[in-house]
Amino acid sequence: MNVGLHHYLFVSFMLFSLGLLGVILRRNLLVIYMSLELMLNSANLALVSFSRFNNKLDGQVLVFFIITVAAAEVAVGLALIVALYRKRQSAHVEDLTSMKL
Amino acid sequence: MEQINNLVSGGAAEDVLFYVFAALTLLCAILVVANPFSRSPVTSAMFLVLTIISMSGLFLLLQAFFLAAVQILVYAGAVMVLFLFVIMLLDLKEEQRRKIKLFGLIAGLVSVGIVVSIFVKSLASIKPAAAGPTLEGETYALGKLLYTQYTLPFEIVSVLLLVAMVGVILLSKKKLE
Repeated sequence: MNVGLHHYLFVSFMLFSLGLLGVILRRNLLVIYMSLELMLNSANLALVSFSRFNNKLDGQVLVFFIITVAAAEVAVGLALIVALYRKRQSAHVEDLTSMKL
Repeated sequence: MEQINNLVSGGAAEDVLFYVFAALTLLCAILVVANPFSRSPVTSAMFLVLTIISMSGLFLLLQAFFLAAVQILVYAGAVMVLFLFVIMLLDLKEEQRRKIKLFGLIAGLVSVGIVVSIFVKSLASIKPAAAGPTLEGETYALGKLLYTQYTLPFEIVSVLLLVAMVGVILLSKKKLE
């Protein structure tokens, strides 16, 4: 059986659900952030495979932009986490409840 | 003869490589999220590096050579080094296991179920182009597209990187005035 679009999309979907599971299950802010990266990467994989199987390069250009934006996002997010850690001495979501009603 | 040609120039070998890289990607992703042996964020980060590298193998199989290189350079290089720096800086303790609350469990299952149903629905309706893939790793064409049709987004992204840099410097200053 030949590997086609559906195979790649299945891998991408599995990666996305693993990332979602990590965001829901894990309690460490940094690991949650890594799971977010996993979800972004799964979107990249889906875009590249669509671009390959539809013979259009625009998907790859979009992935290029996503990678750039993700790098900027990681820098800002990690700076926020470090600033938060300085104030609270903790990077666990259970200790960050000051916005709870 | 044709079969041998097919075997050498892709075909079956490519399929095998797809399964190898896909299994590696998913296995490492599982170990990022739920590692049964260690809850330390450093282990998660190292397995995320492995996930990204095997995913760039998938990009190679999809003939996206430029993106495979960028994936390794930017993600496995820059982003993960940043992650490891922050982990070392914060000196995090191991995350302790905890009981899962019933409400959290229900919310998680419902959200995953919604995503699964969306995926199954969309996968059933997808049809790839009839011609099949003909694109052959066109880094030249990609660059041309990037600097002609997508020049404006390209410039905007560079401004975004500048803004992110300024924001990070401001955020990590000792005192915000």
